[in-house]
Amino acid sequence: MHELALAQEVIRIIEKAARDQAFSRVRTVRLEIGRFAAAEPEALRFCFEVAAREGVAGGARLEILELPGAGWCPGCADTVPLESAWDACPRCGGRQVRVTGGTEMRVKELEVD
Amino acid sequence: MCTTCGCGAADTRIEGEVRFRSLSAHGPAGYLGLGRGVTGSRPTDAAPARRVSIEQDILAENDRHAAANRRRFAERGILALNLLSSPGSGKTTLLVRTLEALRDRLPMAVVEGDQQTSLDAERIRATGVPAIQINTGKGCHLDAAMVGRAVARLAPAEASLLLIENVGNLVCPAAFDLGEAHKVVVLSVTEGEDKPLKYPDMFRAADLLLLSKWDLLPYVAFDPERALSYARQVHPGLPAIRVSAVTGEGFGAWLAWIEQGWGRRRAGQPPTGFIRKL
Repeated sequence: MHELALAQEVIRIIEKAARDQAFSRVRTVRLEIGRFAAAEPEALRFCFEVAAREGVAGGARLEILELPGAGWCPGCADTVPLESAWDACPRCGGRQVRVTGGTEMRVKELEVD
Repeated sequence: MCTTCGCGAADTRIEGEVRFRSLSAHGPAGYLGLGRGVTGSRPTDAAPARRVSIEQDILAENDRHAAANRRRFAERGILALNLLSSPGSGKTTLLVRTLEALRDRLPMAVVEGDQQTSLDAERIRATGVPAIQINTGKGCHLDAAMVGRAVARLAPAEASLLLIENVGNLVCPAAFDLGEAHKVVVLSVTEGEDKPLKYPDMFRAADLLLLSKWDLLPYVAFDPERALSYARQVHPGLPAIRVSAVTGEGFGAWLAWIEQGWGRRRAGQPPTGFIRKL
C-alpha cells in the first residue's frame, strides 16, 4: 500500500506546478504508469482521491496511461516487447531478457484553470 | 496520524527525534484548498482548460534524496546495504550474526526500519554496534529522506559498513531507492519458493539473494532449485547464497561478499557484481 505515498508525491508535484505556473484548479491529471511499475492503478486512483482532497487537485479526473513493457535481449542484441516482466524473449526464446521499459511512473501533464 | 484518511506517514519517528516530518496527504497545517467554495461548489467547466506539461517522475523527490545519500556515502567511504524481505524471514537474526562476525574487522552501523517498537535496534545495540530505529508508523517502507535523517543522527564512521534493515515487506520497499550500494533480498526456506514470481519487483531490484534458515531445509517442503529458477526467471543471473544464522553455514561466502564490496568502497571503486554463485 505504498500507493498513498505515490499519490502524495503526485500531489506535491502538482502543488509545486500550481505555484510556479499560477493555476488554481486542476481538471485532469495524466499519469504514465508502466505495465510493470510498482503501482496498482486502482489503489492509486483511490489514494489520489484521498490525497487530492482539499487541495488544488481536489476532485480532478485522474487518467492513467499504461506504457508497454519492453526488454533488452542480449541474444538478439535488440529491444523486444514484453507481456510480463519475466517473459522469455518473444523472438529467440532466450531467458536473459532485462526489463528496460514498463517500469515508468510519471506525471505527464495537467489540464488546469 | 492523519485524521482525515488514516494515512500514517506523519507518524514516522526516528529515535531521539521528537518528530521527523509531516507528510500528511492533506498539506501543511493551515492550508486552504484552492478553487473551491465552502460548499464544495466549483467553477464551471465551460471555459477551455489550459494544458500544463509536467513530465516528472513520481518518485523524483525520493530519488533526489537517494542521490544525496549515495553521494554522502561515497564521500565518506561508506558501503550501504539495504536488506529486504517479508516479515519473519530472519533478517534481524542474520544481521546480529553478521555483526558479531565482522565487528572486530570493520566499523559498522545499522539503521532499523519497522512500523512500531525499537526492539530490533535494541537487539542490534546488544552486539555493541551502533544502531538507530526508524518507526514508520503506518508506513510500509523506508524512504530516502527518512534514511538521510537517521544517518545524520547515527553518524556512521568513515569507511564503515552501513546495514539498513527495511520494513518487512516484499512489495513497497522495492520501489524506494535509499541511496544504497546494493539491495539484498532474503528469502527463508520456510516461505513459498514461488515468492520470486509473486513479488517480482523485489527480486528484480536485488543484487544478491540470501536463502535463509537453511538449517530448516530438511523439515520443510521448500525446493531451493525451483526457488532459484523462479528468482532467475525474473532476474537473470541473480547471485544467491544459502545461509543459516543458527549453524553459520554460508556465512563465509556472505561475509566475503560484504568485505569485497567494503574493500572496493574504501578504495574508491564503484560497486560491482558478485564473485561466485550458489
